[in-house]
Amino acid sequence: MLQFLIRRLIGAVVIMFLIGAFTFFLFYTVPQDFAALSCGKNCSPENLAVIRENLGLDKPITTQFWEFMSGIVSGRDFPQGHCSAPCLGVSFDSGNFVWDSIVDRFPLTLSLTVGGLVIFLTLGLGSGLLAAWKRGTVVDKLVSGASIVLSSFQIYLLGPIVLGILVYSSGIMENPKYHPFTENPGTWALGLLIPWVVMATIFTAQYTRMSRSTMIEQLQEEHVRTARAKGMSQRYVFFRYAWRGSLIPIVTILGIDLSALLAGAVVTEFTFDLPGLGRLAVDSSLTKDLPLTMGIMLFGAFFILILNIIVDLAYAYIDPRVRLS
Amino acid sequence: MTTLTKTEGEKAPTGPDSFLSVRDLRVRFSTEDGIVKAVDGLSFDVERGKTLGIVGESGSGKSVTNLTVLGLHNPKSSTVEGEILLEGQDLVTASEKEMEKLRGNKVAMIFQDPLTALSPYYTVGRQIAEPYMKHTGASKKEARARAIEMLTKVGIPQPKTRVDDYPHQFSGGMRQRAMIAMALVCDPDLLIADEPTTALDVTVQAQILDLLKDLQQEFGSAIIFITHDLGVISDMADDLLVMYSGRAVERGSVREVLREPKHPYTWGLLSSMPRLGGDTDQALNPIPGSPPSLLNPPSGCPFHPRCAFTDQVSGDRCSTERPALGEGRAAACHLTAEQKQTIFFDTIQPRLR
Repeated sequence: MLQFLIRRLIGAVVIMFLIGAFTFFLFYTVPQDFAALSCGKNCSPENLAVIRENLGLDKPITTQFWEFMSGIVSGRDFPQGHCSAPCLGVSFDSGNFVWDSIVDRFPLTLSLTVGGLVIFLTLGLGSGLLAAWKRGTVVDKLVSGASIVLSSFQIYLLGPIVLGILVYSSGIMENPKYHPFTENPGTWALGLLIPWVVMATIFTAQYTRMSRSTMIEQLQEEHVRTARAKGMSQRYVFFRYAWRGSLIPIVTILGIDLSALLAGAVVTEFTFDLPGLGRLAVDSSLTKDLPLTMGIMLFGAFFILILNIIVDLAYAYIDPRVRLS
Repeated sequence: MTTLTKTEGEKAPTGPDSFLSVRDLRVRFSTEDGIVKAVDGLSFDVERGKTLGIVGESGSGKSVTNLTVLGLHNPKSSTVEGEILLEGQDLVTASEKEMEKLRGNKVAMIFQDPLTALSPYYTVGRQIAEPYMKHTGASKKEARARAIEMLTKVGIPQPKTRVDDYPHQFSGGMRQRAMIAMALVCDPDLLIADEPTTALDVTVQAQILDLLKDLQQEFGSAIIFITHDLGVISDMADDLLVMYSGRAVERGSVREVLREPKHPYTWGLLSSMPRLGGDTDQALNPIPGSPPSLLNPPSGCPFHPRCAFTDQVSGDRCSTERPALGEGRAAACHLTAEQKQTIFFDTIQPRLR
């Protein structure tokens, strides 16, 4: 198992390097003079040269690449000062270190993800299991019907409706706002409650349907019938035998969803006007702030890789056949 | 032939030792296309320490019957009528709680494919220990010791280490042994083996059959052995029930039925079986046609559309009147006893050499 982990971690580092290289060269092949973009209206050739030098764009592209990559590992020095590792460069637009901008925005994104996750996992899996247990009954039909309706909703539709009801017309709640968890967990949760619930609604529906269908599939497995033939109770068979098999597809989808959310929940952030990573990413690409875009991409790729490894470990834990092959 | 009365089903004698007694069992599934009569008026008895073989094509109701005995049919989509008496207790009307106490304890089942029938997620030892803990209240440690004991009994080498293996680490034959260990862990009085050797190669098959016979001698269990392999049945069973279209069409001791079968369907089964040392130029004689739809079973005798001897029965009785299965050694067929004898010895037997 340890060997597997080490192998995967080395693989992850290599993939990170490749992603870094790929995005770097992809962006720099764009026929666009980034210095001209930052130069503004009254741009003289002298100004342009200064900017170019400041941004490091006057150096050969291989040197730029080397500086970028080594900066991630060991930090870099800029005219603004030392950028410590992991240094993702300096934003063209704001002149801030990219890493600092990401770190500044990440807590909100993390909070959105964690809160939403707790809600949609609990509700989604819970209602899915309930529907599978009560298959064919009114309960099942209600849950299945509701999940289909809810999954066809969109955050940008549901969000304003909920805001309209709870905030603007009745004033029961305040506009969603991020308060750091470390300051006051209560206000933190209250401030993000509406985005959590709205975001989780969409995901819940998806997890309800998935857990219901995989459970029903698993309950028809022959080994589940064998367990019943041994005299094990319906409940035991449901939670020990069928549930275990259902975990694999659930964990797979969860890994994908989580890594997407951690890289920024763009729609949710825009709907509720929350400054998270997703908005930062969109803004950076609109202003053609290349280092910032690349930094966020790499940051997101990091989560995808880490979650991939965690999902693989989970597979091995769930299914012994994966463990040994 | 005189018992052809309003109950379409047939009565079999209830022996004094009859341990399991199934009477006029009817299992129906409601599907979108209509009602499927999977089992339609079936009666049989199993005595303690004896083996009843049930043969028949796929879809003849063998497996459904035995799942019903365990109460493992889907209660929502199926209805069960008739009686299943296990030592006088009716299993058809028994509650789910009572059935749970019986399953794996008094009545156990061995399934056909041990790869899919064992859970891939738990160790073999745990799967054997589970029913033991549930039914005897044994501790984890005792149950583990019992699992090792059972693995030893069914001939798994190094049971002390193999007990912690997962099913996929076992070979096919070993998995079936583990399955048998699991079924026998609570010393069941009745063991239902649903094609336990079909998925195995012949040498392993022979070992498993020997094992089952040894274990039966040791525990004195009654066995219901379901198969479509007549060779296996002649080796294993004392009594034989031939099923067709959800009904029993022939019954008797294995010797009687295989020596002198009385039903055209049984003749067909025997003729379609390849034989070792048989003449290679002699063609096999499969039964023409395919098993009847259980949604719309043929009128009269369900076998009549495939039967080659309907012309020897006067009138159209074969297609209008369902032949009853008499008591004891019997076949459900309109042919007279003399006709059956003549046809078998003149036409069928020469083919079987």
